[in-house]
Amino acid sequence: MSEWWSVVETARRIADGEVTAFRVVEDMLVRITRVDRDLGAYLEIDGDGARTAANEIDRKRKAGEKLGPLAGVPIALKDNLVTKGIVTTAGSKILAGWVPPYEGTAVEKLRAAGAVILGKTNLDEFGMGSSTERSAFKKTKNPWDSSRVPGGSSGGSAAAVAAGLCAASLGTDTGGSIRQPAAFSGVVGIKPTYGRVSRWGVVAFASSLDQVGPLARTVGDAALILQTICGHDPRDATSLDVPVPDFSAALAAGARGLRVGLPKEYFAGELEEHVRAALDRTIAALRDQGAEIVEVSLPHTHLALPAYYIVAPAEASSNLARYDGIRYGLRVEAPDLLTQYSKTRGAGFGPEVKRRIMLGTYALRSGYYDAYYKKAQQIRTLIKRDFDAAFESCDVLLTPTTPTTAFRFGAKATPLDMYLADVFTLSCNLAGLPGMSVPCGLTPEGLPVGAQLLGKPLDEVTLLRAGAAIEAAVGLGDRRPGGFA
Amino acid sequence: MPTLTRKEVEEIALLARLHLESDELERMQSELGVILDHFGTIAAIDATGIPAMTHAVAMDHAGPFVSLGVLRPDEPQPSLPVDEALRGTPKRDGDLIVVPAIIPGAKE
Repeated sequence: MSEWWSVVETARRIADGEVTAFRVVEDMLVRITRVDRDLGAYLEIDGDGARTAANEIDRKRKAGEKLGPLAGVPIALKDNLVTKGIVTTAGSKILAGWVPPYEGTAVEKLRAAGAVILGKTNLDEFGMGSSTERSAFKKTKNPWDSSRVPGGSSGGSAAAVAAGLCAASLGTDTGGSIRQPAAFSGVVGIKPTYGRVSRWGVVAFASSLDQVGPLARTVGDAALILQTICGHDPRDATSLDVPVPDFSAALAAGARGLRVGLPKEYFAGELEEHVRAALDRTIAALRDQGAEIVEVSLPHTHLALPAYYIVAPAEASSNLARYDGIRYGLRVEAPDLLTQYSKTRGAGFGPEVKRRIMLGTYALRSGYYDAYYKKAQQIRTLIKRDFDAAFESCDVLLTPTTPTTAFRFGAKATPLDMYLADVFTLSCNLAGLPGMSVPCGLTPEGLPVGAQLLGKPLDEVTLLRAGAAIEAAVGLGDRRPGGFA
Repeated sequence: MPTLTRKEVEEIALLARLHLESDELERMQSELGVILDHFGTIAAIDATGIPAMTHAVAMDHAGPFVSLGVLRPDEPQPSLPVDEALRGTPKRDGDLIVVPAIIPGAKE
């Protein structure tokens, strides 16, 4: 029962004393035990920690102490978010069993707001993938159809929210890793403006692209979680020292007067029939609510995919150099240092991570740098300029989040096929913009479709406003995945 | 377009400090070849005069966002106790991390 409460409702009921935080957490843990054996959303459950945190909330309430805005709300974390005392693996064998000695900023902020951390969710190794099939540990199923993937790389976080195994979760998004699984799993996912949320305590993948963000069942819940995790952090040099607006205040504004841009490049190519139909209904609904729909062009869109698959692997190859078997993580003993490095990394990384490291090393090699990495960075400028120009005639962009609905396990046979699944979500990261995926209906087969909203830098407020309008008109309402209701 | 030779793949793996088994090398050669054929097209794009975007936020005081001071005062601050910081270390000797000898012939 309480498992399906929204974040907002859970916090209110606990604050009002209708239910204890302990009861909410205990019910959730029971449900996880029952459901997750099959679903596979979690890698690690911190039952003891969750019960202790819940008891502390209940004690505070009884004592009349002030409760935080998320007091007692059960939250799941993608397992590339560093948690003090809770195993953090990033989905990789090279970090299996690693217990971090410190806490990431976003997690710290959630705890400070009273959130109860349930555990860590499955992901593609180091966030590199679009289906969660690249986790070194297990597969996660899509709650709407267990023969399909939940998306990735934050697939565990998306599936846990969709199946009612947490009230909300955090993911990370480097090229779509929050928005794409949100779309596939029928939940709301937000990638904030680059710099909004501190990257301190995020296992680094591509540092100029990575952002932490919420996944939730409603736009209002996502807004509340976002509110909690945003803010300047001196421990992250790219963290923005700017005011954080009241995100929830924007939700009721409606779509009237909003100028919604449709980038023609996103609608021109191959779109699954039912995705196109759902987007058409979304556009019509926004128009009915008084939004102005305008066509815009982002002419360098076709360069986003190649630019991303140079920039992200290049940064990853550098970031992942730290896994060398010396200070922490897996070590494969060898008689000399070079062999020890190579054997450790050869044994610890999975195939996709190895591929990206190789690709990145190739692009950064002496003599190739200008042709690849620098060129890709120049293309980022072109892509950013496209967005700047588009936002002169609209307030927010609307696109499909993905060209298709959730695909079946094993459907993306080659690495390149998998990369192409990210085609609509990458530009947002390259340009540093805020992006969001909102459910905009189910296909006749019962698979969720996601509408993607892209905003001006720091304008999450408009994303949330448009997202709430879409949710009200064409959202999933109380429809839940059959097998997990 | 660059189609990688086996030798090139071995060189990149060495640069990346990544041991690959023989079958992995073979697979990597063909997979990377396909990926580079696809994405390598950007090498041919003329971007003369376009500045490189190194970060999504301005790291100086001239960019689109509010300026960032990325340097903090050079003052000592509390950090993790050594024992906690080294808790995840695979091989230790007291406060030291044990590694293979860097100079050939020497001991650990």
